[in-house]
Amino acid sequence: MNLEKVILAVITLDRDKVSAGGAPLFFASDKEEQEKIAIYLARITEGVIHDLENGVFILVKH
Amino acid sequence: MIIGTLTRYYLLRRDYRQYPSYPHGVVANLALGFIAAVIGAVAVPALAEKEFTAVTFLALAATQFREVRNLERTMLLNLDSMQLVPRGPEYIEGIARVFEARNYLVMFTSLLVGGVTFWGNIFYGLLAGLIAVYATGWVMRGKVVGQIATVREGKVYFEGPNLFVENIHFMNLGTEEVRNNYRKRALGVVIEPRDDNGRATLANNGQRMAIAHDAAALLGVYRDMDTAEFTPVVRRHLDTGRVALVIVPIEKDIAFLLEAVKRVPVLESALRMPLKNPVGRKASD
Repeated sequence: MNLEKVILAVITLDRDKVSAGGAPLFFASDKEEQEKIAIYLARITEGVIHDLENGVFILVKH
Repeated sequence: MIIGTLTRYYLLRRDYRQYPSYPHGVVANLALGFIAAVIGAVAVPALAEKEFTAVTFLALAATQFREVRNLERTMLLNLDSMQLVPRGPEYIEGIARVFEARNYLVMFTSLLVGGVTFWGNIFYGLLAGLIAVYATGWVMRGKVVGQIATVREGKVYFEGPNLFVENIHFMNLGTEEVRNNYRKRALGVVIEPRDDNGRATLANNGQRMAIAHDAAALLGVYRDMDTAEFTPVVRRHLDTGRVALVIVPIEKDIAFLLEAVKRVPVLESALRMPLKNPVGRKASD
């Protein structure tokens, strides 16, 4: 099977909303830091940032 | 022979958008067209002289052209992986097929002209040639998106992080920076199929990739390798079969974008005609 869409990283404000899974976790202390980390990681990995609207961003390779 | 080559040239001129027409590409195309024309032109006199090897040559040429189509496809697929907005395999298949078919048409044109000239005279030959050139142009015209659907502007907006054009959901965009760029620069186009045939055709993913590619090729895209979020996307509204395109162009000009979308060729492999079948017709009402 060929996986096309993969979650590359999870950037979260809330530690309770995520647990260790396949993707690396990044904790941010505020919204600004979260966006910044997300943008950096997105540029590096060529992924796209998606907002789950609960303080969690995921980075997905499309 | 000459008329065959001219036919190829005439067909080639309309190639620009669909085919990376570098000087060398043009030469290669012309040369193949010339070979096809020669083979077609000598076939009739050769047959008349009871030289049946000529038929073998025709068959041989057909095999060659098929090979060329294969090469063409491989090359375009390789190039495609390097493009910011890929054409998609289906579009490429279409180009390769047209490429092959054009060579056959050249062959038939010169076959016809050769035949008429052989039995008639050069004047009739020229006349037949003109008709054939006109006919091939007509045969190879193909359909464009503007013929199977109406194309109009659609409003681009966000609901939370979700991007919409009219009420078609596109994607979830996480960062404010990206969303602001979309608000500032993005253009939305709604493509409404005229009937069920159009709806089925537009549902094809290859067709949608072709639309995105052509729009991006003509208006430019505001993206680089590392900003996947600005890739033009074409999505479908499941209830109505409407399709919408969202693109972040470099030249923000809706009139030209609409024109570009209208002129996207309908891919042969994407063309569906459910209305031609009684079951499809019944299912549609």
